[in-house]
Amino acid sequence: MTSTTPLQDSVAVEAGHSPAGEGHGDFRLFGLATFLVADGMTFAGFFAAYLTFRAVNPLPEGGIYELELLLPTINTVVLIISSFTFHRAGKECRAGQLGASRLWLAITGGLGAIFLAGQMVEYFNLPFSLTDNLFASTFYALTGFHGLHVTLGVICIAIVALQTRQGGRISASDHFGLEAAELYWHFVDGIWVVLYGILYLL
Amino acid sequence: MPIRTALAVLTATTALVLTGLWVGNNVNMLPLGASSNASTYDDLFKVLFSIGTVLFLGIVILLVYSLFRFRRRSGDVSDGLAIEGNLPLEIVWTAIPAVVVLFVGLYSYDIYERMGGMATLNDHMTMDHGAMQQVSVKEGDAAGRVWGGIGVAGMDAAPAGPVLPVEVTAMQFAFIFHYPGSDITSGELHVPTGQQVELRMEARDVIHAFWVPQFRLKQDVIPGQPTVLSFTAIRAGTYPIICAELCGPYHGGMRSNVVVHEPEAYDNWLQQNTPNRTTT
Amino acid sequence: MTLANPSDFDGNLQPQGWLRYFSFSLDHKVIGLQYLVCGFIFYLIGGALAGVIRTELISPISDFVSRETYNEVLTLHGTVMIFLWIVPVVNGAFGNYLIPFYVGARDMAFPRLNAVAFWLIPPAGILLISSYFIAGAAAQSGWTAYPPLSLTTPAAGQVVWILSVLLLGGSSIFGGINFIATILKLRRPGLKLMMLPMYCWAMLGTSILVVLSTPVLAGTLILLSFDIIAHTGFFNPTMGGNVVVYQHLFWFYSHPAVYIMVLPAFGLVSEILPIHARKPLFGYTTMVYSIMAIVFLGLIVWAHHMFTSGTPPWMRLFFTIATSFIAVPTGIKFFNWLATLWGGKIALNSAMLFSCAFIVNFVFGGITGVALAQVPFDIHVHDTYFVVGHFHYIVYGGTVFVIFGSLYHWYPKFTGRLLNEDLGRLHFLLTFVGFNLCFAPQHWLGLNGMPRRVAEYDPAFTTLNQVSSVGALLMAISTLPLLINVVVTAINGKEAGDNPWNALTSEWLTSSPPPVENWHGEAPLVTEPYGYGQHPEVKA
Repeated sequence: MTSTTPLQDSVAVEAGHSPAGEGHGDFRLFGLATFLVADGMTFAGFFAAYLTFRAVNPLPEGGIYELELLLPTINTVVLIISSFTFHRAGKECRAGQLGASRLWLAITGGLGAIFLAGQMVEYFNLPFSLTDNLFASTFYALTGFHGLHVTLGVICIAIVALQTRQGGRISASDHFGLEAAELYWHFVDGIWVVLYGILYLL
Repeated sequence: MPIRTALAVLTATTALVLTGLWVGNNVNMLPLGASSNASTYDDLFKVLFSIGTVLFLGIVILLVYSLFRFRRRSGDVSDGLAIEGNLPLEIVWTAIPAVVVLFVGLYSYDIYERMGGMATLNDHMTMDHGAMQQVSVKEGDAAGRVWGGIGVAGMDAAPAGPVLPVEVTAMQFAFIFHYPGSDITSGELHVPTGQQVELRMEARDVIHAFWVPQFRLKQDVIPGQPTVLSFTAIRAGTYPIICAELCGPYHGGMRSNVVVHEPEAYDNWLQQNTPNRTTT
Repeated sequence: MTLANPSDFDGNLQPQGWLRYFSFSLDHKVIGLQYLVCGFIFYLIGGALAGVIRTELISPISDFVSRETYNEVLTLHGTVMIFLWIVPVVNGAFGNYLIPFYVGARDMAFPRLNAVAFWLIPPAGILLISSYFIAGAAAQSGWTAYPPLSLTTPAAGQVVWILSVLLLGGSSIFGGINFIATILKLRRPGLKLMMLPMYCWAMLGTSILVVLSTPVLAGTLILLSFDIIAHTGFFNPTMGGNVVVYQHLFWFYSHPAVYIMVLPAFGLVSEILPIHARKPLFGYTTMVYSIMAIVFLGLIVWAHHMFTSGTPPWMRLFFTIATSFIAVPTGIKFFNWLATLWGGKIALNSAMLFSCAFIVNFVFGGITGVALAQVPFDIHVHDTYFVVGHFHYIVYGGTVFVIFGSLYHWYPKFTGRLLNEDLGRLHFLLTFVGFNLCFAPQHWLGLNGMPRRVAEYDPAFTTLNQVSSVGALLMAISTLPLLINVVVTAINGKEAGDNPWNALTSEWLTSSPPPVENWHGEAPLVTEPYGYGQHPEVKA
């Protein structure tokens, strides 16, 4: 005998609250963290491919490119600072200072945009293009995939900033969106540090 | 455990092991062997087959026996024995497979080494080409580097003497064999018995694979990444060379032959097929 | 009892009855059955493709379909069976349905993600199948899509294949995230990890594999698509690329993929055997550790698929040893299952028949697997029908048999009716005989010189190929009793009641089918899911 309550499809609930009704804590960040592990593994696959190519497929003469270090290093610093500013935004939000939080979010987003702009400038000035050789292809694939993540992150920051306004979803007591975006941003930052090390320093 | 049960188990196990050994040694699942490593391979196969038979029959017998002995009689709704585990028993049936697996692994390492599998691939100092030239190297691949395969050293019953190098080019959908020493190009591979042959292989387009079932040897032939396969043929005859990597629509038809000659017959073939050199 | 109204649904527009199964339902039970039916449809499609293969192989010449078509068919067959049938059903169907019950929750941790994960599948599947009809041909480089072959065959079909697999991989990853969160975070108070039914542990291990390895496949296929579309040279030797790197990256996922297909089946069998033998699951703790060992080892053995590729000797050796070791935790599980049966009261119903046949088939496949793990052995049989025989014993003889057994076991819970046992036994007999007839001869064929992925072969192999094809025909016919059974049961099947098997796990402690909130009242706390044998007196 079915006993479905009419007009109700499921007991799917407001995100974050346990469908069982008992307090299980907010596991949405846990879910996001698991997702970031998966995302990190995609990068890991790219890194593994890049490192293997380097070790095993030596480039022909003239195929080895010296990468300019100044711009990427500045970009790295910018991104690392942006993680701190994001963290500050989170602190302000938890303290109830939503306006200040919004300011720090804007700064973070701005830093992210600067990073992307720097990346564009670097791309524009590179002597090699996507299909020139294996190194070139992997360079663009890796930095491009990361840049996509940064772009997504900047968009999320903008959305979250909007949500901190009066009547928005984000408040001092309930700010999952901000925490999620922050975790994601730290992830993107961390990936960049590894990428920078492997691609530019190694 | 009561004596009767212990004896029964012992008898059953012995019968099982004997059956396994018999099956492994008497049921022929392989084609004839035509290379020096084929019998080594077949030894490994027999061991694996025997162990596999014992394990499989043992488990099936236990299972079928349980299904009969412990089947639910109609009308019986009670439960079975409330046994949740038995650590000593579990240790035993963890240890035994671990030992068997370790043995199999070590044994197959030994077999692989006797086949020449552990030989270094890029060390050409161990090869004696005699008067023959160094096998040609892919342009741009200055090291003449080999990316995988089975090398020459440590071959089973490896006869002393020069190694016969043959360049193999695989393409959609044929194998071409070139003898650098005598500049013969042929669609079939001709080799003498009793001499080590080293195939240096590369593909022109997609990945192919060179497989002779009677030699028990296979190696992928990869574009841009030369591989080697070494063997010594010991039995005259003609055996199929089969492409064993999907390479396109005619993959199933991509075959050739390896013709193993007695040494004199091989010399004949060599002489008859060497192109006349025009003086330049 | 707390019920929360789904805030993003307008209750008035919610479809009722069977229409729910075509909607974006958030109910894990509905989603589970959506996965099941959708998966089964793709099983039939994949089976039809297999029918084309086995029909072609009746004669040693290529005379049934064109060679290009044959390669398209074998590519689609593998891809459909793996990504659209087995992975979605053992994970998405049974996982979604059962896990919330087992952890004492009313739904999965992320119901919306759950629905998204399911609804990625039909479009991805339709996309994949439709690529067959695209002018210029569907993908035809095997489900492994090795470059350079996949770079030289018609591009459109291969790119569609890549897109489809990326969507399906994404679906799988979303599911994996959901299972991990649900099992670790959503257990009802008092329910400890070591009290969970074994299927939960199997799904936890599987989901860890999904989350760690599927993204690597995604990255690889993205790089492959770059090679096809943008003419980069990652895997193109003429541009300095390395095809063996592709193989490493591909198999880094695709070996764990076989555990993603098999571990859930291990879990399901662990549920079925104790109930129908009325005995506790033997060695619960060791079973848990075995699963974790298989998960760990499963991640470090991928290159045993590459023993004849360009891999150096030391690498071949490492992978031989690591692969061989997986036999130990796997063997433990099989001995534990046998011990579960020993001393029980075994009912030989359809669920049990399929589960016991699973044991036989999988042990056979596992033994050929240990053989294949040895480099020198593999060098002869790699890429031959020996391997085809081996993996079909594992995925079909193993997982698919368990899926069928699970169907008979849980059908009463899903629908409230018991499937007919006579038809079930007929289904079993035809499947078991047909399956073994089809795949056993393939081992001999491989050992004696028949490579895989071919439409033409040495005429000496004709008889055994015909035997194999007869077996395939029997397998096709075996679907009929199952389909008839479903129809007959829908018309006047026997009512099952809450707990037809007198089982202890919490899905049986509610009505059949269960209410939306899974139980009326609080979720039961089952601290001993395998507590059989403790009440020797006759149970009412």
